[in-house]
Amino acid sequence: MLEVQNATKRFGGLVAVNQASLKVEAGSITGLIGPNGAGKTTLFTLISGFEKPSEGGVLFEGEDISSDEPHVRARRGIARTFQIVQPFAGLSVLENIAVGAHLRHAKRSDALARAERVGQRVGLGPELDKSASSLTVAGRKRLELARALATEPKLLLLDEVLAGLNPSEIRDIIPVILAIREEGVTILMIEHVMQAVMNLCEQVYVLAQGRIIAEGPPADVCDDPKVIEAYLGAGAAERLKREKVHA
Amino acid sequence: MTFRDIAPIVVLIALLALVPAFISANTVLNFLVFTLIIALAAQGWNILGGFGGQFSFGHAAFFGTGAYAAALLQVRLGINPWIAFAIGTVAGAAVGWVIGYLSFRSGLRGSYFALVTLAFAEVLRILANAATFTGGAAGVLIKLDVRPGNFQFESRGAFFWIALALVGAVLLLTGWIERSRFGAQLVAVRENEAAAKALGVDTLRVKLGAITISGAVTAAAGGLYAQYFLYVDANIAYGTWISVEAILAPIVGGLGTVFGPLVGAVALHGLGEITKLAAGSVPGIDLMVFGGLLIAAVAFAPAGILGLLRRSARSRGAARNA
Repeated sequence: MLEVQNATKRFGGLVAVNQASLKVEAGSITGLIGPNGAGKTTLFTLISGFEKPSEGGVLFEGEDISSDEPHVRARRGIARTFQIVQPFAGLSVLENIAVGAHLRHAKRSDALARAERVGQRVGLGPELDKSASSLTVAGRKRLELARALATEPKLLLLDEVLAGLNPSEIRDIIPVILAIREEGVTILMIEHVMQAVMNLCEQVYVLAQGRIIAEGPPADVCDDPKVIEAYLGAGAAERLKREKVHA
Repeated sequence: MTFRDIAPIVVLIALLALVPAFISANTVLNFLVFTLIIALAAQGWNILGGFGGQFSFGHAAFFGTGAYAAALLQVRLGINPWIAFAIGTVAGAAVGWVIGYLSFRSGLRGSYFALVTLAFAEVLRILANAATFTGGAAGVLIKLDVRPGNFQFESRGAFFWIALALVGAVLLLTGWIERSRFGAQLVAVRENEAAAKALGVDTLRVKLGAITISGAVTAAAGGLYAQYFLYVDANIAYGTWISVEAILAPIVGGLGTVFGPLVGAVALHGLGEITKLAAGSVPGIDLMVFGGLLIAAVAFAPAGILGLLRRSARSRGAARNA
């Protein structure tokens, strides 16, 4: 469904994403993990169109979308959430979601009806009439999710929707994400919460210093010495193995 | 738009339309027509600034274009004033589109956008002041020829009704915008442009649409001004005063609301007139009142007079429920 081919993004002398390639199969939940500053969010901005790759390209459903503006990509069916939540603070929760719903529904009443359904599905039902700025962090994350869903995407890019949530809030939202996938939406998610990655993702890509250093099912990736070293430093994999043997 | 959205606008306009039946004093009608012209210009500004969050400091560019087009087309080319007025409105839309295209395409926003619009208005003012076609510093005088077919009327009441009809039409237009997809996207652009883009909003197109409509409405106010006072010069048409008036009224009345600009214009000019009457002939006393009101609005009622009314209505409702 989505294919990133050798994408490179330079900001001046900094190479944020370096020859990264990944594939997201239709109907899957794919994870993108990596230490802080690895370039995960930059890679997301390349996919969603907020930045254009310096080299390489992005294919969506077989078509090259590298030069499309973000709103064109949204129309094609790519929706993203923001890691740092970006609510329309002056609007109500329902109006926030309706902006997304308007992408496929020209009439105000249709968009509002659609927005209400989506809001209820992500568990914002009681909050729909409140101001978006009155929501808690967990509420705002749900709002990000709801707005993106309201655009009726084929591919949903989730940028750390679980970050900043407490364990019980995470437990609440995981079934919501699974239900979205059940309805046929493909998901690519950046996530630091490993519990969630292990539970949700079929395929995981690991990004470190702009490069994809590992890919595969989550359990395999977690055992990969390259991945352990990317997170814990050079030699960490060796040390861990030694300690395991001694223990 | 449903009946419930339209009804308050129609009722308000109908009530206001009765005013000339009770008041025939020329000074009062003069004041009312002038206030309505300001309200119209402010309504134009409010579509771009209030709903779209793009603060223009150069709406004089549109006002002046409407005014000069209305005056010059009839004086120089002998075109019927009604048609000249309509062309002026369209010209305002065109100027809006051009300024919008140049500044939004280069990603200007916030104070940069404000400065660029101010620059456009100033350039137009200087050009109009220098060119011979526009009459230079002497301005353009529209010949007195009182015939309805000539957009000139015996009574000031007729002008009042025309201005009121235009204000009413823009109230309806704004009400439609508020309930439409275009309006939802425009407000989304105001609140958070990046998020709007991510949700499929073509932000450039939405902003261009807003500045085009905004330019047309404010140009209509300019055309009306020219037709009412039968005189236009560069400092009137393209002067900073009208840019400031167009900003002040919505801020005082309520940014991004349907009635805000009208309420603000009436409040500002009403108070201005009253202080002028009370203080006698102290020059600029009304400007001091404007300044005071603006500071009060920004400090105590950031949502304007309408926001204040809504808030007090809500707290009264809450008190009743308690």
